[in-house]
Amino acid sequence: MSAFTPNASPLNKLRSLTGSRRILVHTLLIGVAIVMLYPLLWMLSSSLKPDTEIFTHPGLIPNKLQPENYSKGWSGSGNSFSLYITNSLIVTIGAVIGNVISCSLAAFAFARLEFRGKKIWFGLMLGTLMLPTQAVLIPQYTIFYNLTWINTYLPLIVPKFLAVDAFFIFLMVQFIRSIPRELDQAAMMDGANPLQIYWKIILPLMKPALITTTIFTFIWTYDDFLHQLVYLQQNDKFTVPLGLTLFLDQTSGSSYGAMFAMSTIALAPTLICFLFFQKRLVEGMATSGMKG
Amino acid sequence: MTTAKSDEVAGQGPAAPATPADRRERERMRRRAARRRGGGWWPYLFLAPWFVGLFGLTIYPMLDSLYLSFTDFDLLSPAKWVGTENYSRMFTDDPVFWDSVHATLLYVVVSVPLKLALALGVAMLLNRDLKGIGLYRAAFYLPSLLGGAVAIAIVWRQVFGGDGLFNDFLGWFGIKGQDWISSPDSALYTLVLLAVWQFGTPMVIFLAGLKQLPKDVYEAAAIDGARPVTRFFRITLPLLTPIVFFNLVLQIIDAFKTFTPAFVISNGTGGPLNSTMLYSLYLYKKGFTDLQMGYASALAWVLFLVIAGFTAVNFVASRYWVHYDD
Repeated sequence: MSAFTPNASPLNKLRSLTGSRRILVHTLLIGVAIVMLYPLLWMLSSSLKPDTEIFTHPGLIPNKLQPENYSKGWSGSGNSFSLYITNSLIVTIGAVIGNVISCSLAAFAFARLEFRGKKIWFGLMLGTLMLPTQAVLIPQYTIFYNLTWINTYLPLIVPKFLAVDAFFIFLMVQFIRSIPRELDQAAMMDGANPLQIYWKIILPLMKPALITTTIFTFIWTYDDFLHQLVYLQQNDKFTVPLGLTLFLDQTSGSSYGAMFAMSTIALAPTLICFLFFQKRLVEGMATSGMKG
Repeated sequence: MTTAKSDEVAGQGPAAPATPADRRERERMRRRAARRRGGGWWPYLFLAPWFVGLFGLTIYPMLDSLYLSFTDFDLLSPAKWVGTENYSRMFTDDPVFWDSVHATLLYVVVSVPLKLALALGVAMLLNRDLKGIGLYRAAFYLPSLLGGAVAIAIVWRQVFGGDGLFNDFLGWFGIKGQDWISSPDSALYTLVLLAVWQFGTPMVIFLAGLKQLPKDVYEAAAIDGARPVTRFFRITLPLLTPIVFFNLVLQIIDAFKTFTPAFVISNGTGGPLNSTMLYSLYLYKKGFTDLQMGYASALAWVLFLVIAGFTAVNFVASRYWVHYDD
């Protein structure tokens, strides 16, 4: 993100604000930011409060710290939360590997190779971007049911190895197109075949696109509640989102603090990704949108 | 060294320039070898996983779903052909279907414009030479990244509960709130607010678009003394229409697909009084709770056709309001 570079045009006068208006804009933006982030801060502070205090003392600073909410929540929903986290990790790591391999292979073909009907296939690929997953949910379920894959992680992982997330193919095609063709042509002159060009030239150069794909696949698979709900029915197979829903049924009891604690834990991986990669995430979203 | 053009690899290149015969021969062989490597079965090797996915997990399921929508199917016994019964039941004999259509359309029509307006407004504020822009942009984008999580929906349920955060906030102004989640008049609007809260993605796309607007037009307008409001409606908005359109299409599709928050906020019931029975939730309940998979397939096809219809209308209408500068 390169900041707006000042220059001596009338436009600059338009955008660089005078003192009082600058303060006004900052106040407005900070106000919006506080409203936006307050629910998250409230969750964090509630996760550390005794149940009796959560709804009676709405302030962010707890009167009395109760970190036991975390240990209570960790073991409080049938299985230990470490099991749910492990299960989520299996699903997300599998999905990331699948997406990175299959989408980069397809993207390489679309960006660099020539074949019959390429435009039609490419159009079809973009068309699947708009297809709602709900439209194919039931027949896919019957396929995996007949393969006896229900209550396994295969229905959540195997499709990623078949490049069903067209968004990432599109993202990578855009990226590969920006790599100079001279590089692969030089390699071709030296006798390299397309697989070698893909592996030795394109893949190393498209690392930024692969990292963006990795992070988004991780976050979106981790949060993909609908498919996990449909395919995982046994408690010991549950992932983090499914484990969290167990708290919904218990809310009549006094486990609000534990529920907020585990919600905080559940959001932590995404938050950590965000803290480390926020620039890349924001830019990945911006460029993919721009080129649509 | 000669650098081959891409279309030569494809075998459509013009004849090689006049060169000594042996060089031309070598060139031709090289090109043939290139064709062999870049064409032939190589592309299909790279596309093989995608082809399997496209046919096995998209095209075949779409057709299968169409077939199932004309059957009575509960997964355990073979599908039984019932003709158009599922569709006629849906439209004439299923009040919950209409409740879910009502909730979904209301949700889409209210949340998408609000979300896009807020996204554009904040993007305009951020499109300045201000300190800390990156920080603001990150803060506003964060909810978009977290928004799909079950954890967020759980927090939302508490924020708008009877003694939740939102009522504390209203209390400052002396307003006595209610339990917004369990009232059929307001439950859907808590979902709308959750969607609007996630305005970060379209905002980031708007911001990238604003950065690309031609500066000379603004300079001319500034010299002519055009006021900010005029500049916005006469320059910014028309030039930005392709991006408005892109965001509109994506957000409408996204809104139609919303499932998680409706499931969590209503604890899987779609209540109170089906007011949060978003279409996807109803489809899930019919297919996987009631095991009426034939009926759910019919629901899925109607959803697919409605989304395709909305998108098509969007594309046709865009000819009249989207401004492309070619």
